[in-house]
Amino acid sequence: MILPNIMLDTQTNAPPPVKMSVCNLDFYYGKFHALKNINLDIPANRVTAFIGPSGCGKSTLLRAFNRMYELYPDQRATGEILLDGENLLTSKQDVALIRARIGMVFQKPTPFPMSIFDNIAFGVKLFENLSQIDLEERVEWALKKAALWDEIKDKLSQSGASLSGGQQQRLCIARCIAIRPELLLLDEPCSALDPISTARIEELIAELKKDYTVVIVTHNMQQAARVSDHTAYMYLGDLVEFGETEQMFFKPNRRETEDYITGRFG
Amino acid sequence: MNTLSDGKTPARRTSRFARRKWINRVALTLSFIAMIFGVFWLMWILWETILLGFAGLSFSLFTQSTPPPNDAGGLANALFGSFMMVTLATFIGAPIGVLSGIYLAEYHPRGWLAVTVRFVNDLLLSAPSIVIGLFVYAVIVIRFRQFSGWAGAVALSLIVIPVVIRTTENMLALIPSSLREAAYALGAPKWKVIIHVTLNAARAGVITGILLAVARISGETAPLLFTALNNQFWTSDLSGPTANLPVTIFQFAMSPYENWQQLAWAGVFLITLAVLGLNILARLLSRRK
Amino acid sequence: MRSGTVSDLLFGAVARGAALLTLALLLGIILSLIIGAWPAIERYGLGFLTHNAWDPVQEDFGGMVMIYGTLATSGIALLIAVPVSFGIALFLTELAPAWLKRPLGTAVELLAAVPSIVYGMWGLMVFGPVLARYVQQPLQAWLGGTPVFGALVSGPPVGIGILSAGIILSIMIIPFIASVMRDVFEVTPPLLKESAYGLGATTWEVIWKIVLPYTRAGVLGGIMLGLGRALGETMAVTFVIGNMNQLRSSSLFEAANSITSALANEFAEAAPGMHQAALIYLGLILFLITFVVLVFSRLLLLRLQKNEGKRA
Repeated sequence: MILPNIMLDTQTNAPPPVKMSVCNLDFYYGKFHALKNINLDIPANRVTAFIGPSGCGKSTLLRAFNRMYELYPDQRATGEILLDGENLLTSKQDVALIRARIGMVFQKPTPFPMSIFDNIAFGVKLFENLSQIDLEERVEWALKKAALWDEIKDKLSQSGASLSGGQQQRLCIARCIAIRPELLLLDEPCSALDPISTARIEELIAELKKDYTVVIVTHNMQQAARVSDHTAYMYLGDLVEFGETEQMFFKPNRRETEDYITGRFG
Repeated sequence: MNTLSDGKTPARRTSRFARRKWINRVALTLSFIAMIFGVFWLMWILWETILLGFAGLSFSLFTQSTPPPNDAGGLANALFGSFMMVTLATFIGAPIGVLSGIYLAEYHPRGWLAVTVRFVNDLLLSAPSIVIGLFVYAVIVIRFRQFSGWAGAVALSLIVIPVVIRTTENMLALIPSSLREAAYALGAPKWKVIIHVTLNAARAGVITGILLAVARISGETAPLLFTALNNQFWTSDLSGPTANLPVTIFQFAMSPYENWQQLAWAGVFLITLAVLGLNILARLLSRRK
Repeated sequence: MRSGTVSDLLFGAVARGAALLTLALLLGIILSLIIGAWPAIERYGLGFLTHNAWDPVQEDFGGMVMIYGTLATSGIALLIAVPVSFGIALFLTELAPAWLKRPLGTAVELLAAVPSIVYGMWGLMVFGPVLARYVQQPLQAWLGGTPVFGALVSGPPVGIGILSAGIILSIMIIPFIASVMRDVFEVTPPLLKESAYGLGATTWEVIWKIVLPYTRAGVLGGIMLGLGRALGETMAVTFVIGNMNQLRSSSLFEAANSITSALANEFAEAAPGMHQAALIYLGLILFLITFVVLVFSRLLLLRLQKNEGKRA
């Protein structure tokens, strides 16, 4: 977690610019108050991790960022979520356009019922009218970014479901990257994967933050410590503490955070 | 990487997006129209059935037999005949169906017989009911040289069997095997375990299946056309042609006589009421479980 | 314990017997149909399928008119019912507000249970006249002179024929197909849909490009189920098809005949002999058609299960 930091910090000593800013965010499932007055700034080109026990609201917070909750009628959010200064929650822009700027990867791999090539091309074709050659180029680029190209370049026409679990998850990441989002949301991306696939995804995350702002939800504290620059600890819908990962893990300000991280609780 | 070097593309995204959004709106509107379209026809049908059927309802419907053209009368004989045949068909078909279902779920669920029977059962479920009528005609009507209520009941029971087999097997398969194992662990013989434990636990589902089968045969016309035929008189003797509601409706509706047509509407109303009632009952039963 | 073993054997034998009976039933149906139809099979062979005659007096029979009627009415029914059912399923799974979902879904399921005689009678008494008055007559006035279309809409304006029967059938099978489609749409994993929404897809794109391909086997199975219903349906067709053995007119509004309505109208009064044999032959053909449809839908479902195995 230290190495990439040094690389970036040598470029500039100023704190990184804020990519997304959450102000006074409250979230409700029907009558249940799931997020309580959340405020935090997500720095650009960094990896931010959300940790906390199950049900603390970390996935809920992530799903508010791309308004995924709107698919379900009884869920609603109040407050502000600013992406580059624009409030997503009241944006006049269509939610689909917002989601094109914010990629999301889920707990389980979700290959679409189509070929590997079409899995990547699907999102691209939604927004851009590319020639076949450009499209192929884009698919190759995305698969290379996701460190998947060498493994599957000979079987692009096979079904996405034919890949292994870890490969499927990297396919999903490539699918998101292909439409060139600004922000990547990873919702426990390794929870269904074996340790080796998990390690590969973690390496990939470290690579990705050169180009993207990454937010990752994880229930695995070691993973948060390994991959993230900033960490937010949440508990029962509250943001307990948010800071640089190193500081959070070595000298947290709050007692609750320390208890959770040292395993005395949770 | 020419497509990648042109920086951000929100403007291009928006231009393409307008078209996609339009397509989306058209498609969803069409879906809404489809819903209205479907509901419209079905409401129309129910509405006419209630309107015209209700007008034909009277006390004499249940006390008098089917009349000759242009004469007063009711549907009593047809209702009674239908009731007899549906009851008989249920008592013939349901036990056979439940027992086969038990065999499929509790004896060799993966054996050749179970696999074959399951396939055959699907076939019987989707077999045209008029073909069932042909079969019973060939096997029973020709043998006894007479159309009869018995033949009608057998034809209906052949429709009951596959429905009951399907639901019984499905319901038994839902019973957790730990329940069976607990009963076996007490040393109970298989037949007792099945009857007192598994079948008992799946009781509501099995009864639901039987109710649905009864609902289905209450409105079946085709298999009765050349088995029970019809009869304009009251008879409780099932060894001859037997009056029944569906075939009566068919004959009366196709006739040019006004009083017959009115009786047909009343009959259709009663059938719809009975079938929907049985279905709702079955739903309530399976939901409470 | 020994009494347990004896009753166990007995009970097992009875259950096995019931299962075997189901098997015997199918064999019995096929055998009795073949035996009953044998005189006609012997005389006409497969030529029966393309022989266009039905003359009980001369004892000359062919099934072409009825087979055409059955296929044409079912074809029209599917043509209308499939898109409408898809729209209904889409509405029920993605668009309907939560408070409407349950009641509408239940209504659709209940309507699938309404006996076909109700549809048939409504078609004859209510829908037929409306169709003739408000569709056929305007069309005749409009297209009367034109060569091809004029023939399509010719005939006495009474509202019976292939088109009426097809429409009634479609109304009857819409609830079947729609409820199967809704069921399979609903088992699509939410994460799969969310992934597509997450890329910025619209509701329509998610349904058309992700949900439909994912559920295609189940959707086709539902369509096959509806097709099976339509092919084997008797009453909904018999009331409105007109029961005329003719193929001379290509009009959609001219009375025609189908296998089931020929059986329903003629069988009870047919003289034993060639007339009955020809009718049973028709029944056998109908049974074989539904058999093929079922086997086809079964193969589709098998492929679905295999695909699921690959996914797991």
